[in-house]
Amino acid sequence: MGQLKLENACKSFGSVDVIRDVNLEVQDGEFCVFVGPSGCGKSTLLRMIAGLEDITSGDILIDGQLVNTTPPSQREIAMVFQSYALYPHLNVRDNMGLGLKQAGQPKAEIATAVDRAAGMLDLQNYLTRRPGELSGGQRQRVAIGRAIVRKPKLFLFDEPLSNLDAALRVQTRIEIANLHRELGATMIYVTHDQVEAMTLADRIVVLRDGRIEQVGAPMELYNNPANEFVAGFIGSPKMNFLNAGALGAAGKSVGIRPEHIQLATEGDGIAGRVSHVEHLGGETLVYVKADPHGLVTVRLFGEHSYAVNDQVIMRPDMARAFYFDDNGQRLHPAPA
Amino acid sequence: MSNPFTSARGNLGRTAAAHAILIAYTILALYPVFLILINSVKQRRAIFNDPLALPTAETFDPIGFQTVLEQGNFLLYFQNSLIVTVASLFFVLLFGAMAAFALAEYRFRGNLLMGLYLALGIMIPIRLGTVAILEIMVAAGLVNTLTSLVLVYTAQGLPLAVFILSEFMRQVSDDLKNAARIDGLSEYRIFFTIALPLVRPAMATVAVFTMIPIWNDLWFPLILAPGEATKTLTLGSQIFLGQYVTDWNAVLAALSLAIFPVVVLYLIFSRQLIRGITKGAVK
Ligand SMILES: Nc1ncnc2c1ncn2[C@@H]1O[C@H](COP(=O)(O)OP(=O)(O)OP(=O)(O)O)[C@@H](O)[C@H]1O
Ligand SMILES: [Mg+2]
Repeated sequence: MGQLKLENACKSFGSVDVIRDVNLEVQDGEFCVFVGPSGCGKSTLLRMIAGLEDITSGDILIDGQLVNTTPPSQREIAMVFQSYALYPHLNVRDNMGLGLKQAGQPKAEIATAVDRAAGMLDLQNYLTRRPGELSGGQRQRVAIGRAIVRKPKLFLFDEPLSNLDAALRVQTRIEIANLHRELGATMIYVTHDQVEAMTLADRIVVLRDGRIEQVGAPMELYNNPANEFVAGFIGSPKMNFLNAGALGAAGKSVGIRPEHIQLATEGDGIAGRVSHVEHLGGETLVYVKADPHGLVTVRLFGEHSYAVNDQVIMRPDMARAFYFDDNGQRLHPAPA
Repeated sequence: MSNPFTSARGNLGRTAAAHAILIAYTILALYPVFLILINSVKQRRAIFNDPLALPTAETFDPIGFQTVLEQGNFLLYFQNSLIVTVASLFFVLLFGAMAAFALAEYRFRGNLLMGLYLALGIMIPIRLGTVAILEIMVAAGLVNTLTSLVLVYTAQGLPLAVFILSEFMRQVSDDLKNAARIDGLSEYRIFFTIALPLVRPAMATVAVFTMIPIWNDLWFPLILAPGEATKTLTLGSQIFLGQYVTDWNAVLAALSLAIFPVVVLYLIFSRQLIRGITKGAVK
């Protein structure tokens, strides 16, 4: 079991409100990802769930039990930090087993749990090493192992992969996904990375300034964002926001994803000038300057030979466009 | 640890220059000590005739050491100094680190003010309070005890210790402490097993800065504990310094002997300085 419920959760540091009235329910076995711009309170919310920060007002319930004042070690949670946070004076085995040892588990049981976790993470050969003698990827696997050993109700990850290089990040991401399948445990995961959020999450929670903007499955957020902020935040490269007036539409802006714009050299459409081109092999990103819309990103599949200063015509797929009002809220239904 | 000299490979000239400067400084700094050592084993006349000369077979004379070891309770003084220094050092480091941890780790009302208050002692010499301290010690019946000295030196050493250590305590990774909290370690265990080892280099620095003035102090032993049983080495050596006659052999011998414990303690701490550089905890 591992079900989490936040009711009107608030957190202030002095007079600064960092988390404002967050309501959220995470189901047993769910992989829930928190995303949001830097400083929006993702880590703070995670630390509140862990019990490392007091909750200013509201309730936190784990498996239906109020844990507002329960110390972290008794919330049956485990946390993996961006900075690994391994005990430098203990070897890998003791690092992973310390939680159980503190809980008074018998030695044999701790050893079994550590061996099992080490097996899952390919750490059997490193059990006697100190953290200082491990690579970054191995250290993060030890930190994940330390979490597994505790058999927690909730796994909490705070940007666990951001210190790893790109290749290792992909590999560890897959490992975490496998782990989630194998353990069937509830996981809450904070990240900056679009790909991590989209690939790992059952549900994504988009935060801004301590408030939840939208909660939903990755494709739900991609295909049906509630407002301009979520539309711009989910998807990479970022959605273009075109001037609604210039397109003869109602509202303030028309959102269209870079992959939903075609480029042509003549005919009808929005005329513009190529200002920069990025060739990525599998896809080509063309940045087109078009007044009064500003810089518009166009994502084309395959290789294309547009050059800077070329005059081009953009043809957005208006069936996939989103319309937003002056407050950035979605206009439903889309104006004709 | 990367060495700036090896990374600037082939830059022999700069390496040589740096070493020349360091060696020159070392000689300059150690020369007085060297003079004390060589003159402590010379005849009185030889000391005055040619203070810079090395002892020869003719001028060699261990009379100073004999005097020191026979006259006065030199071993007792020595022991007193050692007890006072080590005990004060222990309390300064323990309480200093604890206060620093609390100041760095916990958010409480008046945290900043408390930090400033504790650091104030760096700027105000404790000797200004000598009269009051003496009155307190008299009232507490602690005059002529080593306890009085340990108490005063602990108070004297704490401000700088808190000031330096709280800066280092702040650098101990929050994630590491939080990981320990999740694993169920108490705040005391976190302090002793996680924070302390990580600030060991800073502790060694503080220890060195704290130790030397305590070992060399003459003021408080003279005022608070001048009794024969509680005399420290520095105070005890004063009997050789007369108003009209000074037994230079004995003074130099006493000084030579007094150097050794300091050197030994320093060696212990400097090794900690190097060994304390822990890596792999975070990042
Ligand atoms: N101990 C603290 N005291 C005061 N303000 C704090 C404290 N911790 C965090 N904050 C503030 O709370 C806000 C949210 O911080 P938090 O670390 O949760 O952001 P985040 O979403 O995790 O950002 P990032 O993506 O950069 O990690 C920030 O504006 C930060 O300045
Ligand atoms: Mg964060």
